[in-house]
Amino acid sequence: MRLPKFSCLTAIVAGTGYLLLPGTALAADALNSGDTAWMLVATALVLFMTIPGLSLFYAGMVRSKNVLSVLMQCFAITSLMTILWMVYGYSLAFENGGSVNAFVGGLSKAFLAGVTVDAMSGTIPESVFMTFQMTFAIITPALIVGAFAERMKFSAMLWFMGIWLTVVYAPICHWVWGGGWLGSWGVLDFAGGTVVHINAGVAGLVAAIVLGPRRGFPTTPMPPHNLALTVVGASMLWVGWFGFNAGSQLAADGTAGMAMAVTQIATAAAALGWLFSEWLSYGKPSVLGIASGAVAGLVAITPASGSVGPMGALAIGAAAGVGCFFAATRIKRAFGYDDSLDVFGVHAVGGIIGALLTGIFSAPVLGGSGLGDGNATILAQLGAQSVGVIATMAYTGIVSLIILKLLDGIMGLRVDEEQESQGLDIALHDERGYIL
Amino acid sequence: MKLITAVIKPFKLDDVREALFEIGVKGMTVTEVKGFGRQKGHTELYRGAEYVVDFLPKVKLEVAVGADEAERVMEAIAGIAQTGKIGDGKIFVTPLEQVIRIRTGETAAEAI
Repeated sequence: MRLPKFSCLTAIVAGTGYLLLPGTALAADALNSGDTAWMLVATALVLFMTIPGLSLFYAGMVRSKNVLSVLMQCFAITSLMTILWMVYGYSLAFENGGSVNAFVGGLSKAFLAGVTVDAMSGTIPESVFMTFQMTFAIITPALIVGAFAERMKFSAMLWFMGIWLTVVYAPICHWVWGGGWLGSWGVLDFAGGTVVHINAGVAGLVAAIVLGPRRGFPTTPMPPHNLALTVVGASMLWVGWFGFNAGSQLAADGTAGMAMAVTQIATAAAALGWLFSEWLSYGKPSVLGIASGAVAGLVAITPASGSVGPMGALAIGAAAGVGCFFAATRIKRAFGYDDSLDVFGVHAVGGIIGALLTGIFSAPVLGGSGLGDGNATILAQLGAQSVGVIATMAYTGIVSLIILKLLDGIMGLRVDEEQESQGLDIALHDERGYIL
Repeated sequence: MKLITAVIKPFKLDDVREALFEIGVKGMTVTEVKGFGRQKGHTELYRGAEYVVDFLPKVKLEVAVGADEAERVMEAIAGIAQTGKIGDGKIFVTPLEQVIRIRTGETAAEAI
């Protein structure tokens, strides 16, 4: 693999599409109201993906005695990450960190100093860019919830998420999008295949293993209590994801348009991929399967959405649908861990499939719009993608483990047997989700 | 007096109700229950995890009748509720000691 030189900061822009550093006067662009209008909407769409999209998707899949606990976790994470992002998260992720800039940003924009009404980030107000990125900082930790569902203490969860945002999400975000080392290696991650999905997926796996399986797993039946909610949630994720992918262009233009188109194509291909895989394997197509397949496709197309074409999207979607089906059904049971809602099987595996195939299908010869800067061949790009994948997995895996072990020692991560049996809604919140 | 308790397949409820009406039984109590006998449950599959659900939904009917009516009522229910397939259900007849109509205070045969 030919190692690309650390080119100057402006070279990051190509391929990934939008790495203009906010706050610096690189190009004092005039405000484009079309871009701004779209980004305001995209921000709302991505928030919608968490509340209530992901919330409902997960809530329907747990047992009824834990429905509120999942909704509560997502809602609380939304609130907490908002404040932390404002106080220091945005700055750590996107500001120049000086001597450590390859790894993490600095605190010059702590408390959003300098993010005024007139501050710009490219052609959109910096306030919009900051809030848009905030919604990503919200959904990434929220994804992890699925891995430890039905057994984690609410207090420990809040601590874990707050620390995780600070030492895992902000640095990795900085590596890829904020001027850090992965971006300068020409790694293509348009909307967060590594930053969001592989990151959350691996952290989820670690959490599932550290917390241990739910009482009664795997012999006690724990079927989803309300798949109707799950499908509603998955549908909201699908629609909201247009904000996630097309919004990552930070502009209302052709690339955003193509990002929306390839998102749709990949998701549909993945939904069908999982559906038919399941139909062939088990004899009947299921609603949970088609919804999960769609989410897998959305995850896989995320890193590719800015640089692949329709045929590439078709391939990526199909691969993710089939691949994640096997990951969530066969591999999970082979290893025996209780990743309750398949955060690893769908987000990590889907993210890895997407990240690697991005390296292939971004090539113009395969309908893409171009490889990452500094990578002349598909092989070189695949190399860069692999580095991104491995570095993310290793970092999030190790650091998440450390945070979890520390918190386990200080306060304990898991509820006790009686609380788990009673259900977290009553045990932790004194509430019932359904009083029928 | 006798209390007739019938556990039948849910989709047979309307037919049974009509049949009882025709032979003069004007009132009953119905509960939704779960149960199994020789009928096996069904399997459900969620992302590759298979669950066997043993308990099947049934409907329980309770009717209070005079002792001499019991035979006729049992036959009416059994005849209509039968499909011939496993899981049709059972009818239990138990002696009924006393009945009171709450509104009027009538007892025994007048209360049925």
